[in-house]
Amino acid sequence: MQEQTSKALSNFEGKPNEVIPMLQAVQDETGYLPEEAIRDIADLIGIPESKVYGTATFYSQFYFSPRGKHSIKVCLGTACHVRGGMQVMDALERELGIKAGETTADFKFNLERVNCVGSCALAPVVMVGDNVFGRLVPKQAKEVLEKSDPEV
Amino acid sequence: MYEKHIMICGATGCLSSGSNQIAEALKEELEKQGIKDKYRLVMGGCPGFCEVGPIIVIYPDEVFYCRLKTKDMAELVEQHLIGGEIVERLLYKGPDVEAPARFYDTIPFYSKQKFNVLRNSGIIDPESIDEYIMRGGYRALKRALQMDPQAICDEVKDAGLRGRGGAGFPTGLKWGFTNKAPGDKKYIVCNADEGDPGAFMDRSILEGDPHAILEGMLIAGRACGADEGYIYCRAEYPLAIRRLKTAIQQAEEYGLLGTNILDSGFNFKMNIKEGAGAFVCGEETALLASIEGKRGMPRPRPPFPAQVGVFGKPTTINNVETLANIPLIVREGGAEEFKKVGTEGSKGTKVFALAGKVRNTGLVEGPMGITIEEIIFDVGGGIQGGREFKAVQAGGPSGGCIPQDLINLPIDYDSLTKAGAIMGSGGLVVMDDRTCMVDLAKYFLSFTQKESCGKCTPCREGTKRMLEILERISEGEGIPEDLDTLDSLAHSIKDSSLCGLGQTCPNPVLTTIRYFRHEYEEHINENYCRSGICKPLFQYVIDQENCNGCRACVRVCPVDAIEGEKKEPHEIDQELCTRCGSCIEKCRFDCIMITRVGSEADVGN
Ligand code: FES
Repeated sequence: MQEQTSKALSNFEGKPNEVIPMLQAVQDETGYLPEEAIRDIADLIGIPESKVYGTATFYSQFYFSPRGKHSIKVCLGTACHVRGGMQVMDALERELGIKAGETTADFKFNLERVNCVGSCALAPVVMVGDNVFGRLVPKQAKEVLEKSDPEV
Repeated sequence: MYEKHIMICGATGCLSSGSNQIAEALKEELEKQGIKDKYRLVMGGCPGFCEVGPIIVIYPDEVFYCRLKTKDMAELVEQHLIGGEIVERLLYKGPDVEAPARFYDTIPFYSKQKFNVLRNSGIIDPESIDEYIMRGGYRALKRALQMDPQAICDEVKDAGLRGRGGAGFPTGLKWGFTNKAPGDKKYIVCNADEGDPGAFMDRSILEGDPHAILEGMLIAGRACGADEGYIYCRAEYPLAIRRLKTAIQQAEEYGLLGTNILDSGFNFKMNIKEGAGAFVCGEETALLASIEGKRGMPRPRPPFPAQVGVFGKPTTINNVETLANIPLIVREGGAEEFKKVGTEGSKGTKVFALAGKVRNTGLVEGPMGITIEEIIFDVGGGIQGGREFKAVQAGGPSGGCIPQDLINLPIDYDSLTKAGAIMGSGGLVVMDDRTCMVDLAKYFLSFTQKESCGKCTPCREGTKRMLEILERISEGEGIPEDLDTLDSLAHSIKDSSLCGLGQTCPNPVLTTIRYFRHEYEEHINENYCRSGICKPLFQYVIDQENCNGCRACVRVCPVDAIEGEKKEPHEIDQELCTRCGSCIEKCRFDCIMITRVGSEADVGN
């Protein structure tokens, strides 16, 4: 983990306006922001850890604990909302036995709500990795999971 | 030389309908036939008609193929490319055309559109600076470099361009402020942090025509006396970011970015900043804080960014679509052309993201002043499934809903504001009789409530209280006084919030109460949601007289709540039913009814 963090941070000079790009670089490497990474960034820039943490928690992009192998992103942007995105979310929650924002116990999936992935024409939409599943009905929840992980 | 150019839509909408696979299949087919060198394949920008994706347009024949599948490629190659005959089967067909339509001008979706900002999207290869230049690109920059900076500001002001990101402030005037602000170091910032959930026009412009943004920023830089720019782009748009990076690199190679641009002594450096997910960063001062690496919180104005902006220096912030208009205006005679389109107070065109319950979803560019009816019915082809048009939400969470009776409203800054909505980003979400207005208001408010940065009390606490009331109403716990409370809270929040997020977020609630008060009252007084959305306030029942027992609903129900033998009327187990609506969507015989909870007989109302 430490190695990955140092690698991610090796290209930065340590200027205060680099906080967000640094956090992004670390998360790209490790999938979330481990505590040590926050400390390393603070040290590198020479500001308190609380400042870095404060910035990180402000933005919805950052995660502070390990996440599932597949991120199920359910779009609840306006177009998806009026075309029944919430119903699809409900069905996925039922199928996985977790709520939006949680990760399954086996770390296979985490379920997330997102706002507009730009495929409004296909609403309601679910994204898993680069795969977009469009025009979904609740019944297809299982199919989405099966297609995303062959072992389901 | 290529015989033909084949433009495959490589924008997000079509990619998700599988345009990458189409491109692969086409390539394979061309290779198989040994003719791959004759054709140029381009993954291009968005032609707008996402509904019928994936789309391929073949030039110079100007043939528009849509709803393509990988298995169609063999036929397309053999019949069209080799045989020279159009594949009629793959042309656009719909209830709005008599015969299959061949190109833009014969497809109704495009008939009322006017392309300014999207002029290159889907026509050029977004990764080729040469194609951009061939279409007249960077000519406006050349002209601007020979002009006096103030004269550029005046020209843009005179053209009547207003900011496309929300409030509609005159762009030339804004530039003038930065130009006049004292200081040698100034910045141009492009706001590409498109946050309105349900709008994606900025993304399409960035992906389809990135050089237009660079040129716009360069001209802005010249006009404002700035020599450095930041493009603040949502991290969720990786393709846009990649295309921008490519464009910057190409412009540098061509001497259009960097030092002494086109030998004029003008320098400009371009940076890209990835946003990290915060709606409030669409607000100028919050965006600046985020570029500086801080929490994206807005601050009171004045001082305005034109005086004290990013890193404390004078800064102009323009949105993507605004900047994409600039090269058109600043080129020779462009301002006059630009002015010819639009209304008195709103000149030019606007790009709309048309989505929701409309038949033709996609990206639409129309002249300012185009009416709601024209957009939804002429361009949009009417409501999906022939249902009834109820309202359209304009301007996202900061905007408002416009009801069916205002269908003739022209869409321009002033008319929308008068109706209680705003132009905002240009998102248009169409709703039919199966959309509940209370739920819609609740949806937007829960969005803004989550995104409120928490700095000022009215927005942080006020939205929370409003949301609680709306939640109660949608659960059947509303009381008659709620509407007045909502109204007074909304006005206090509007009047006293620090930034645009708070000042506009009550709009969806205010407009839905203004135009759909009876729906709120029905929820509160009669515990009934006639649209079938607020789950505790309705139930589905099957019309026992008319159900013919086709079992379509049984099959689609995700919780097996529907029982019934084939050819016998079915029945819904109310205990098991989760009110997901799958069955009502599925039933072709209109036999599933929304009724009040507990009522069997009182079908339909
Ligand atoms: S609202 Fe879901 S993709 Fe746009």
